[in-house]
Amino acid sequence: MKNLDSVFAAYMIGWGVYFLFYLTIARRTANVRAELERIKNALPSAK
Amino acid sequence: MTKRIILAAVAVLLVIASAYASFYIAPTERTMGVIQRIFYFHVASAWAGFTAFFLCFIGNLLYVWKRKQQYDWLGVAGAEVGLAFTTVVLITGPIWAHPVWGIWWTWDARLTSTFVLWLLYVSYLLLRTLVEEPDRRALLSSLFGIFAFIDVPLVFGAIRWWRTQHPQPVIMGGQGSGLDPTMKAVFFFSAFAMHVLMASLIVERYALEKMQTEADSLAREVEVQ
Repeated sequence: MKNLDSVFAAYMIGWGVYFLFYLTIARRTANVRAELERIKNALPSAK
Repeated sequence: MTKRIILAAVAVLLVIASAYASFYIAPTERTMGVIQRIFYFHVASAWAGFTAFFLCFIGNLLYVWKRKQQYDWLGVAGAEVGLAFTTVVLITGPIWAHPVWGIWWTWDARLTSTFVLWLLYVSYLLLRTLVEEPDRRALLSSLFGIFAFIDVPLVFGAIRWWRTQHPQPVIMGGQGSGLDPTMKAVFFFSAFAMHVLMASLIVERYALEKMQTEADSLAREVEVQ
């Protein structure tokens, strides 16, 4: 099975890129959700 | 939210199934051997990336025409997701090329136009960080996105119009090209799985951009008060 390690590496790196990208979206979504919550709490006191 | 989780779960299951099919169902290619199995991941990722850039292009066109925020959200979601898929194409391509060509990279028409495509969409996302005013940012990036999309048909046509180190197309390649029926079935299944993954990522990224716009507009409201 010549080059099987290269095939395995290609799939692992590819999946890794997609997984990391998904994680960055999830992290940014959590940050924005927290920011939104903070702003919504600040709104009544600003009025 | 539940629908988004179901879509993401379906995408993960399909990608795992497509990997199984690529390794255990597709036959081993006669000349290249086992390394050719990268094809099912590399080309499927490229097609999904093209589709994401096409969605970005549609969003950009519609924003310029109608000036509605949701089209800008579609544009940025398509650009970012397409960039992730093109990054995978640019990484898996050289891993496949090295044992077959004896080199990792060459500046032929297909590889160069793909690298330029990656640079164009990195520039699209950088441009968005440079403009603060939301409407101006959306308009400028939409105009740039329309220009950037011109490279997609160039990447597609590069191996059809010019002689390249990159192999000639085996799908939609005209006379003399083609794939073994099992290979073709596994490839189309992999392309479908990658498109479902792409759709799931676009939905998530779109929702993030929508939420960010809401947060920015509320923050401005607080500042005014």
